[in-house]
Amino acid sequence: MEEKIKLDIVTPYGSVLSEEVDEVVAGGSEGEFGVLPGHVPFITTLKIGMLDYKKDGRTFHVFVNSGYAEVSDNNVMVLADSAERSEDIDVERAREAMQRAEERMKKEDDLDFVRAETALERAIIRIQVSEKARSI
Amino acid sequence: MPSLRDIKKRIQAVKNTGKITKAMKMVAAAKLRKAQDSMMKMRPYADKMRSVLIGLSEGVERETHPLLAVRPRKTVEVIVMTSDKGLCGAFNANILRAAIKVIDRLKSEGLEVNISTIGRKARDYFKRRSIQTARVWTGLSGKIVYSSAQEVASEVIEGYTSETTDEVILIYNEFRSVIAQKVAQVKLLPIEPPEEDEDTKALAAGDYLIEPSEAEILNRLLPKNIEIQIFRALLESQAAEEAARMTAMENATKNTKEMVERLTLQYNKARQAAITAELMDIVGGAEALKQ
Repeated sequence: MEEKIKLDIVTPYGSVLSEEVDEVVAGGSEGEFGVLPGHVPFITTLKIGMLDYKKDGRTFHVFVNSGYAEVSDNNVMVLADSAERSEDIDVERAREAMQRAEERMKKEDDLDFVRAETALERAIIRIQVSEKARSI
Repeated sequence: MPSLRDIKKRIQAVKNTGKITKAMKMVAAAKLRKAQDSMMKMRPYADKMRSVLIGLSEGVERETHPLLAVRPRKTVEVIVMTSDKGLCGAFNANILRAAIKVIDRLKSEGLEVNISTIGRKARDYFKRRSIQTARVWTGLSGKIVYSSAQEVASEVIEGYTSETTDEVILIYNEFRSVIAQKVAQVKLLPIEPPEEDEDTKALAAGDYLIEPSEAEILNRLLPKNIEIQIFRALLESQAAEEAARMTAMENATKNTKEMVERLTLQYNKARQAAITAELMDIVGGAEALKQ
């Protein structure tokens, strides 16, 4: 199996990742999906979550903050609002964000609640991604 | 005739000003490099977004999507983007002049115009003239974050979908090169489906498996497209501002040098005159003693 997939993750702040990988697994809005070489052309929206890719037998994790993915000709292009590799995640900051969000959620303000909820989700997944990477 | 001491003081003052403007030029140059860098970095994202958007919007009826629908124009929102800080030459004056022109033209067509501003200079300008502004954003410059573009976009979109405005125009300074800025005007809403060109080839939507659905993706992409346009404008404006500041400060530094030269000449002349006067005094005194 010599075929590889080209994985690109770009955000408005620049390219986060551009690598030849063996397999990609990401969370689409309709559920998780995996991409192996030779996948059919495919477009989907992504939710806030984790994207895994395998390269030379190792698994890597990336935090992806909503966006969408396009698969074509062994290319996976992910456009995300923001994205961080597991080793680049600032866990300390994520924890602080989590606390802030939780506090805000206690105050009963509908508009704030939704925003706090997504902030909380982001923070939790960031922490998860970084913990998962370290446990290996 | 100013005294020698006065001229000397003046020369020192001008020299100090020159040092400051030179330092500001250097700072602007560094910031410009950074701003240009962020502009480059967001390009691949914007390009890709465009190609997907072209592909998807081909098969869609314009009327079916609230952000694509064209309504008869009654109220137009004009967003004027300036800098927060001054000392950047004609940067802000150019934008404001262009904005007033656009606003006057729209008004002469019998349309209602809502003015929104981004940047302190635009806010102050309209405030001084007691012109009412609808929305005001300041302090977005410096480190430009995507979330500020999102914030602006969401308010603009809300105004459009609630039919408070029927068209949204954004006026900003486009970064052409280090020595040239150009006032640019883009229509944010209703969204014109982007045209295909050599740089961005359309993605053939028919060849793709699409999840959840074409309409659903379009629903998310269209607002994103507006965010991207605003984000791009913010970055361009920032780069243009620093470029304009660099040029302005360079000119200022050059002017101080000229001034120092002129003042030095004046100083030397005054010094010589003083010496001559002194000599005449001495000679006069000696002559008097002889007699």
